[in-house]
Amino acid sequence: MRLIDHITLPAVLTNLPKFLDMVIQAAASHGIKGKRIMEIELALEEALVNIFNYAYPDDAGGDVTLRCLINNDGQLQIEIEDQGRAFDVLSVADPDVTADLNDRDIGGLGIFLIKKLMRSVSYHRRDHKNILRLTV
Amino acid sequence: MQIIDKGMDNESHLLAVSGRIDAMSAPEFEKQMSEIIDHGKQLLVIDMSQLEYISSAGLRSFLVIAKKIKAASGQMKLCAMQDPVKEVFEISGFDAIIPVCKTVTEAMV
Repeated sequence: MRLIDHITLPAVLTNLPKFLDMVIQAAASHGIKGKRIMEIELALEEALVNIFNYAYPDDAGGDVTLRCLINNDGQLQIEIEDQGRAFDVLSVADPDVTADLNDRDIGGLGIFLIKKLMRSVSYHRRDHKNILRLTV
Repeated sequence: MQIIDKGMDNESHLLAVSGRIDAMSAPEFEKQMSEIIDHGKQLLVIDMSQLEYISSAGLRSFLVIAKKIKAASGQMKLCAMQDPVKEVFEISGFDAIIPVCKTVTEAMV
């Protein structure tokens, strides 16, 4: 496992572009391009926005750390860590993507997109931290 | 994200949306679209050819808008999506709840 880059910033929506930029650059330096870059952006936005919205319900807020790594199989891996309340994104049920307009609910769609677009997704809770790993 | 008014006739209204509809821009997109459909036509066509990116926040806005239009007995059609945007609509099944056309001409029929 080799660390390419990392960044720690407060978990607020206005920091989204900074997180994305770091990962886009890391992905580009690993030779990833075109539509795959957009898919990484999308998976990352969905994961981060969940943290921004739900991880730190208190006014004090908290940070998110992003790490870009190359795993032993040569794949780009994005590690997203927060110290907010425990939340396993993989425990969220997939939405019904066949429901019609009247019955359609948006809940769970972001996490569904992450699972569909990434090669694999894993979640660990360790030392009061949520660690989400996306393998591109 | 930018919404461009491309004109209207008695029945239909053509808009073009460009840039990105993400968690940061979706609230503004939804607000502007709500104002447009408040004095809307029967058919709203959105040219998506210049839209580069959409996330679930943007899909949520489209869902809210589609529901409002349906409640007003109108219809919304989306057209000319770029591949990455189309993929997001397909994965989420949104292409089944909001009509998606290949071209603006096809959508205006």
